[in-house]
Amino acid sequence: MNWLRVYAIVYLVFLYLPVLLLPVFSFNDATVIAFPLQGFTTQWFKELAGISALHGALKNSLFIGIVSATLSTILGICAARASTRYRFPFKAPIMGAIMLPLVLPEIIVAVSLLVVLMQLGFSLTSWTVIMGHTLICTPFAIAILSSSFQGLDQSLEEAAVDLGETRWGAFSKIILPLVTPGIVASFLIAFTISMDEFIIAFFLTGADPTLPVYIWSQLRFPKRLPSVMALGTLLIVASLVLLSVAEYFRRRGIRRTGAKDSGGFL
Amino acid sequence: MLLLLAVPLATIFAFSFWSQDFLSIDRTLTLKNYREAFTDPIYRVFLLRSLWISGVVTVVTVVLAFPIAYFVSFHVPPERKALWIFLITIPFWTSYLLRAFLWKVILGFNGVLNSGLLGLGIIDEPLTFILYNTNAVVITLAHAFAPFTILPIYVALEKIDRSLLEASQDLGEGTARTFFRVTLPLAMPGVVAATLIVFIPTIGDYVTPRLVGGPDGLMIANMIQTQFLKLNNAPMGAALSVLAMGAVTLISLIFLFANRRFLK
Amino acid sequence: MSSIISLSGIQKYYGDYHALRGIDLEIKQGEFFSLLGPSGCGKTTLLRVIAGFEGVSEGVLLLDGADMARVPANKRPTNMVFQSYAIFPHLTVGQNVAFGLRKKGLSKDDMAKAAAEALEMVGLAGYGDRAAHALSGGQRQRVALARALVLKPKVLLLDEPLSALDKKMREQMQSELRRLQRQVGITFILVTHDQEEALIMSDRIAVMFEGEIAQMASPQELYRRPATRRVGEFIGVMNFLEAKQTGTSEKTISFDVEGLGAAEIGIDQFPEGARASADVVGLRPEALSILFEGQKTSGRVADATVQDLAYYGDMTYYEVTLEGSSTPVTISMKNLISRPVLERGTKTRVQWDERSLVIFAA
Ligand SMILES: Nc1ncnc2c1ncn2[C@@H]1O[C@H](COP(=O)(O)OP(=O)(O)OP(=O)(O)O)[C@@H](O)[C@H]1O
Ligand SMILES: [Mg+2]
Repeated sequence: MNWLRVYAIVYLVFLYLPVLLLPVFSFNDATVIAFPLQGFTTQWFKELAGISALHGALKNSLFIGIVSATLSTILGICAARASTRYRFPFKAPIMGAIMLPLVLPEIIVAVSLLVVLMQLGFSLTSWTVIMGHTLICTPFAIAILSSSFQGLDQSLEEAAVDLGETRWGAFSKIILPLVTPGIVASFLIAFTISMDEFIIAFFLTGADPTLPVYIWSQLRFPKRLPSVMALGTLLIVASLVLLSVAEYFRRRGIRRTGAKDSGGFL
Repeated sequence: MLLLLAVPLATIFAFSFWSQDFLSIDRTLTLKNYREAFTDPIYRVFLLRSLWISGVVTVVTVVLAFPIAYFVSFHVPPERKALWIFLITIPFWTSYLLRAFLWKVILGFNGVLNSGLLGLGIIDEPLTFILYNTNAVVITLAHAFAPFTILPIYVALEKIDRSLLEASQDLGEGTARTFFRVTLPLAMPGVVAATLIVFIPTIGDYVTPRLVGGPDGLMIANMIQTQFLKLNNAPMGAALSVLAMGAVTLISLIFLFANRRFLK
Repeated sequence: MSSIISLSGIQKYYGDYHALRGIDLEIKQGEFFSLLGPSGCGKTTLLRVIAGFEGVSEGVLLLDGADMARVPANKRPTNMVFQSYAIFPHLTVGQNVAFGLRKKGLSKDDMAKAAAEALEMVGLAGYGDRAAHALSGGQRQRVALARALVLKPKVLLLDEPLSALDKKMREQMQSELRRLQRQVGITFILVTHDQEEALIMSDRIAVMFEGEIAQMASPQELYRRPATRRVGEFIGVMNFLEAKQTGTSEKTISFDVEGLGAAEIGIDQFPEGARASADVVGLRPEALSILFEGQKTSGRVADATVQDLAYYGDMTYYEVTLEGSSTPVTISMKNLISRPVLERGTKTRVQWDERSLVIFAA
């Protein structure tokens, strides 16, 4: 029991070690990323403000993230509803195929999309990255939304129709409010995945790099590292905020339906 | 959506049977790429090394993760479980790229670990066996996939009816034997899921081997990338992708088959 | 009285599966009607056909004289109490009850008033602001009732509304439902697989097996004269004894019944079409009684041996074999101070009455 707890704490240290280094070095007044620390500075954060390539990459990533998250959430809603409500021929194989990118190595998704785009003569733009990201985010969206939809009693919708609502009215007044937390969670997770995804963006991006692709390009220049650290720190803060928002919505969803709180995200 | 997925996969499959001279693609079917992939030692080395690294990463990750999942599920009071899970997942909301890079910083010649240990006087000269080789790749990947292994195992453990454990003890089994005869078999679906969740994507990982692997730690994804973007030999890259996919599928299926009795 | 619901020749297929096989049914205004049958016989399907959630493959459904073929569920004058209650978890109790009123074009105040009245009717006055998910099973059930009744439907459909409640609660709700139905005068169609519940509550019961109605009758008729052996078995306990037809007269038919001997059964006791084919007769446990020491007989008597017994407090159920027969026969006896409870193996005599024998349709 006790050694298990010790092990758990050591493990947590292992998990947090790299992440904690980010803020440490982003405030460290030295161009080399090594101990001992040299003193406190906010210089690296200030430097970030002046890099226009970074701003472009950030904007591009936000755009790609929002569009892919929206697309994959919409696709996820359709698929989750179809799979929980309707029976149709070849349902299992079709759903299996849609979930495939979840277990496919990303490099394979990346190169195969690249090959098709090359063949079709498309040029690489943000939209090609969006296509790839939608492809890998949709399975996550479906997984999250399916559990939201599955938790719903099917007769709720029928009850609304029985009480005089149209099909659409029943969907919008009963189903949508009940799955909103799932939709928000799905959107946020898809957005996070897209913001963080590197390989597909690396292969499919055109002239405008995404944030991870930009960071990748900066990792080669030791002089840029401290500001990359600062950027990473900001990203952590941003994702913690997003995560809290997502958690808030999840809790609210649980409170609404009176279900028992059964664990955290994913 | 299906098309979006099926067409690329079909194309890459087709591509792997074509060949390329500089910029023009010859569409006559040929097994040349596969022949080359099997005969040229460099490809074989890459493929086998990828499988080997993925396997080691998987074992290390799952073995390290199981006690944590067990601890949270069995020894953490119910109201604190969500907090623990939260704590475990938080580090993974930072950029994967940066996490891999930070391991490079930690493990490097004058990195955090070495400078720290030197500073403390525990070692006299920097440790070199930890960066730019497969060890570094394993450490980094084991870190990257930690939550993906902990969560499925945790979920499986949570599903175990606690009275089963009491029943086992009631029937005369000690704590350890209860664990091996009841807990572990019932947790196997989670372990199997965790194994696959780690094994499959690690094969195709590009970032980590590139950053911390050094020349001996590169994996098949790096080779595929080289074929596509540097050597302009897309068909060869495609053939390697298909081979990697095939190997992953085959091993996963064998693994599932070997564990089928736990998965009913 | 006119029929509020009329079904004729209703057929329903799910793919190849024939779920409803030619249902004909007339239900009168104000009736408490039950659909009774084992699991999977198509009760829910029939109810959902009436509500409009399932189309029919064939047949005509009239609701209050109007053909419902093209009327969608939300436009039908029926409302449903779902087995799971389907209370909207994100709305309050009051919002749940008022949900269907919005389409009726009432003012806000009228809506609130109607909802409050409906809640009062089901004994939940003052619960309007409660969150719907913070209710007990019985309370959910009442909210579901209020939500449907507030719309004053022509027909209220209830799909096993009591099956999720514990025994005490169920009994209480049974009488309450009955009271409510009399009070509002709305036609109720109740689906249940609990024969006791159907007998207690209904004016009329349709017994269904495999997508067909086997018998439709009042509770008394159903219990006393089950049309088929299967209906007899399904409702209450019934003993079956082999019987050979030995002769006919104008008003009666004579049988030789296993263990009981000769019996003359009036032609008016026969369900239609039963006549020549009867080779078995049915007998309820209370149609036989054990003759205790010194008791006078007032009917026919047969010798029997007690094989087993189950003591229920107010009643004892004996399993006996009749002289010359090996078929076990169940007899129910009220326990009185003056009566001993017999032991296994006791030889005794049982008394029976020709009028309580039941003949079945082939
Ligand atoms: N949507 C459907 N598709 C295919 N078959 C169905 C469908 N709905 C019901 N069935 C089948 O029709 C038959 C009758 O179902 P129904 O739900 O009406 O039974 P029931 O009498 O209500 O049983 P229970 O008492 O268990 O609720 C069952 O065998 C069921 O499997
Ligand atoms: Mg049913």
